[in-house]
Amino acid sequence: MLLNEPLNRVLYIDLTRRTSWVERRPELFAEGLGGTGAGIRLLEEECPAGADPLGPDNPIIFAVGPLVGLYPLASKTVAMFKSPHTGNLGESHAGGRSATSIRLAGFGAVVIRGASTMPIYLVIEDDRVSFRDASALWGTRSSYTTGSVLRRREPGSGSRTIMRIGRAGERQVSYACVITETYRHFGRLGLGAVFGSKQLKAIVIAGKHSLEVADRKAYRQAYDAIFKKATESELMKKYHELGTPKNVLPLDAIGGLPTRNLQAGRFEGAEAISGENLAENYLGRRVACAHCPTACIHLAALRIPYPNDPYFYKTLMLGYDHEPIYATGSMLELDDVSGMLRLMDEVEIQGLDVMSAGVALAWATEALEHGLISTEETDGLELAFGDAETYIAATQRIVEQPTDFYAALARGVDHAASIYGGEEFALAFGGNEMPGYHTGPACHVGWLAGARHSHLDNAGYSLDQKAAQKGETLTPEGVARALVEEEQWRQVLTSLVICLFARNVYDEQTVCDALTAIGHEVTPEGLRALGADILRRKVAFKLREGFTFEGLRLPERIFETPAPAGDFDAEFVRQAIARYAALAGDET
Amino acid sequence: MPKRLSVIDVDHCVGCQVCMFACTRRLGLGGLAKSSIHVRSDGGIRKGFIVIVCRACADPPCARVCPTDALTVRDGGGVKFHAERCIGCYNCVEACPFGAALWNEEEGKPQICVYCGYCARYCPYDVIALEEVSHATQ
Ligand code: SF4
Ligand code: SF4
Repeated sequence: MLLNEPLNRVLYIDLTRRTSWVERRPELFAEGLGGTGAGIRLLEEECPAGADPLGPDNPIIFAVGPLVGLYPLASKTVAMFKSPHTGNLGESHAGGRSATSIRLAGFGAVVIRGASTMPIYLVIEDDRVSFRDASALWGTRSSYTTGSVLRRREPGSGSRTIMRIGRAGERQVSYACVITETYRHFGRLGLGAVFGSKQLKAIVIAGKHSLEVADRKAYRQAYDAIFKKATESELMKKYHELGTPKNVLPLDAIGGLPTRNLQAGRFEGAEAISGENLAENYLGRRVACAHCPTACIHLAALRIPYPNDPYFYKTLMLGYDHEPIYATGSMLELDDVSGMLRLMDEVEIQGLDVMSAGVALAWATEALEHGLISTEETDGLELAFGDAETYIAATQRIVEQPTDFYAALARGVDHAASIYGGEEFALAFGGNEMPGYHTGPACHVGWLAGARHSHLDNAGYSLDQKAAQKGETLTPEGVARALVEEEQWRQVLTSLVICLFARNVYDEQTVCDALTAIGHEVTPEGLRALGADILRRKVAFKLREGFTFEGLRLPERIFETPAPAGDFDAEFVRQAIARYAALAGDET
Repeated sequence: MPKRLSVIDVDHCVGCQVCMFACTRRLGLGGLAKSSIHVRSDGGIRKGFIVIVCRACADPPCARVCPTDALTVRDGGGVKFHAERCIGCYNCVEACPFGAALWNEEEGKPQICVYCGYCARYCPYDVIALEEVSHATQ
């Protein structure tokens, strides 16, 4: 590693005392690379055992990695915290300009401790940290407003990130997100609620330093090789063209697209909500995270007439991806694209995680159908699949919480079902609501066992789909081994904060070449060992905070709705989870 | 004929800033401190982007306000920056109506385009290009 590598600098901010300081932590980045690897080490240091996720003891940690600002597609920031949603590991990743801004402000990580006694936002410009009054921003109806106010008020346009929460975060909905650059999110596991608990409305970070490398010529060569692979090969094509919504139709075709709270795997309205239809009839703009030539962010332009004012329209520009489409589309039976997009917009306005919000609405709909709740609980709303207007109204109520029922729903379906029943169709896994796949056992084992309970942990859906295609039968042992192997390697990628969509651009050798040119000596074996170590640490953190693999709840619905990779049962899933626990935990 | 960098189609820009990173990398460095091109949103990403480049004026206002002749007019338009004469007064930054005289915080001096076109070679969407200066059509 280069002497004076700015990545080694960790910015500490104490919200309680309103102070900040910088510490040099070379060992953190030498041993953990950055991102997830540095983040989990900081979380171990900062988060006391049993800390209240919504108390001042819970830290917020942001970490980036050595490739940021130097190579394309190293564009993510890893956030680490204790999750108020699951009560254990909180880890969420976002792009936008967050990673480049942190790194080029001169930091490898930012640690936020304590809590403010009044609403504030932070402005970080290089080493200067300002604590600004956010009381006027607190309670604004829309998260968009916070973005536009700070955009005008604060410096650094073009080389800054503006992370902010909506009212969902303020009111500590356990799946509130943090929005960055309008279209990217620290979506999962409730970072927004942790911000809210600290009365931290937003963070602006601006920086545009330069970065020295070990060998300038080798650096430019390594850069060109990666850039060429990213722009000229087929590797990024899917994301470059239709984007992630390319998944909708193929998943529907094999019966793996969760529909009506996973009562089915096929959706009659799949054509309408497909990437193809959205691109043809709604796509209005394409945008990219900083230093990403792929530009996978697709914005739909939705023109909405004012009902009582003829010849007046507004045009929404909404980011869409596979997961939001699944969560607000097929899961809720919304095949009316306008309704689906308006619901996504409401979720954005409130600042909720879209997957958890969609699954919560789907569960509530079924709970009402089954009579577990009545319109008294729903504050008079007749929730029904296919009814966008009612879902929009219910989304607001999840944040406003006018009844005990919404207050329960604001803590996720696991919690709500533990009070009102309907656990068999409460689609949360390890406490986190399901992503948009029902491909077979591997996807469910993957997000039950995976450290973040996320489809991006280990991509079980891909194992299922391959098995379904080849007509192979999956075994618990085979599934567990493949998931753990994938999840371990992904720890390396997320420590380097490489966008997971670019996982095939950054193979082992490419990663080693890229790092060597800038002065980090690594070997493929070393990287793999690090990946295993990071996963082990994450699992250990979860266990310390009370998580158990045996205690995972399996919603029966996943065994009832046919999956493309064939039928599977609870026994299969339990065995695979047990093997995952052994392999990811200590057995190597 | 001298060349200059032109914005061909700003509506095609995705805001990836690959051009900005290229400009600092032309010197073998990472990051952005030495970039002479700047891309930012036009008041929020949903409204699209602004690409700020030096348009190589025939009579550049930045050179006119420089008290030390650190910016001299290039033959055919645009400027040349002589760092050793610069006292870091910031006049040039304020004089350019496009904001194309950028500021290098690390050096406390302006960051001025040398019209090399390195950035344009990396723009994935043909937003920018190196062109011959033709002031008659400007
Ligand atoms: S033309 Fe050369 S100096 Fe000017 S912005 Fe592009 S890369 Fe930088
Ligand atoms: S490289 Fe091209 S598309 Fe990307 S920001 Fe620069 S001008 Fe825009």
